[in-house]
Amino acid sequence: MKKSTLVIVIIIAVVVILGGCGVSKYNKIVNLDESVKTSWGTVQSQYQRRTDLIPNLVATVKGAANFEKETLTQVIEARAKATSIQVRAEDLTPEKVQQFQAAQGQLSAALGRLLAVSESYPTLQANQNFKDLQAQIEGTENRIAVARKDFNDQARVYNSAIRTFPNNIIAGFGGFQQRPYFEAQPGAENAPKVQF
Amino acid sequence: MMRKLCWLWLLLLLITGWNVQAQNIPPRPNPPRAVNDFAGVLLGNESDMLEQKLRAYNDSTSSQIVIVTMKTIGDYESSEVAIKILREWGIGTKGKNNGIVILAAIDDRKVRIETGYGMEGVIPDAIANRIIDEAIEPNFKKGQFYRGLDEATDKLIKAAAGEFRADPKKPGRSNNRNALFMGVFVIIIILLVMRNRGGGGGGGTTISRRGSGGWIGPIGGLGGFGGFGGGGSSGGWGGGDSDGGGFDFGGGDGGGGGASGNW
Repeated sequence: MKKSTLVIVIIIAVVVILGGCGVSKYNKIVNLDESVKTSWGTVQSQYQRRTDLIPNLVATVKGAANFEKETLTQVIEARAKATSIQVRAEDLTPEKVQQFQAAQGQLSAALGRLLAVSESYPTLQANQNFKDLQAQIEGTENRIAVARKDFNDQARVYNSAIRTFPNNIIAGFGGFQQRPYFEAQPGAENAPKVQF
Repeated sequence: MMRKLCWLWLLLLLITGWNVQAQNIPPRPNPPRAVNDFAGVLLGNESDMLEQKLRAYNDSTSSQIVIVTMKTIGDYESSEVAIKILREWGIGTKGKNNGIVILAAIDDRKVRIETGYGMEGVIPDAIANRIIDEAIEPNFKKGQFYRGLDEATDKLIKAAAGEFRADPKKPGRSNNRNALFMGVFVIIIILLVMRNRGGGGGGGTTISRRGSGGWIGPIGGLGGFGGFGGGGSSGGWGGGDSDGGGFDFGGGDGGGGGASGNW
């Protein structure tokens, strides 16, 4: 009689304690997941900021100089392609992030080419509007780099959290997935070389 | 006794390990200064004059403009180094993120104006770029570093005018760094007392009551200390209020805004 009540009390206590631990671990994972999503949001909005600058840049370049058509067309096409690929924070899978990164990488390359070619147009170099836009684009590239690094840092914290014991069990129950990283693309960081 | 030594050794490792992390950039100056002329290009009282101007600006607006000159930044981009300085020193007020770093790498002839999140609105990249073009580059080309920095800070201050106001000072907070070490020592003492008393609560409470003012800050700082919390934001020294009249970094943050240039 007394023994059985004791056993029940112990079982209840164990369940409560384990449950309590589980809930707090679960909440911690949710919080980490949210910060990954937030930093993904920053990454996307910085890329978006760059996309928004491009029509202005193209118009300025067209207006100020008889710029070579091919380079401009490449930028416009790459922009259209990059805009078509959006990745929601809920479905951050490695494939999607890779697609996103590839499309944005093409746009980076096309933009880099445009800015490099523009060096040989003195009218553009003297145009204050163009100089401002160039500074804005450079600044945005820089913000993108920072946002990507912050995202990778957050993803690393989250990924290692859901892989360690006992969080991995809870993550398994809760359906938490590993988050992908931004990979440095071979050669993408180097400015494109232009032959004159 | 051996175990106590082990504890101290561990703490020492923690503290020094934290410094190793920040080795690529110059360490946070102690006492904090607005003008950090590591390259030694400012002559006579030029550094003091800039320092006075920037401190007065900090006092009246709570915004922080910090100048860093270095001989070289090696193969790094000026933007990488500047954002690291901004974040790790914690330039600007926490929450407002109204810090600016002017970084000049003298031998590399590279300059960078790095704006915190809160400054991006009043000093967009294009404005930062113009300030570099108009105030910094022409003067630096002639070797007039003071004049370049003086004009650049004037322009930055003018561009940011009216955006931020100083907060009323909160009295009675000790220096953050001292508070951190105080906190570490108090923890050691508590550990020792608990060992001796077998977990006695009495000793603990009296000590914690005495230290309660400056306590929460340092413990919050400890969280991000070894990176347990996961990339705990740099410069997270708890609150970040400066003591009466002094200059101290406030834990500001930034996301890579600003402009770079060469001369």
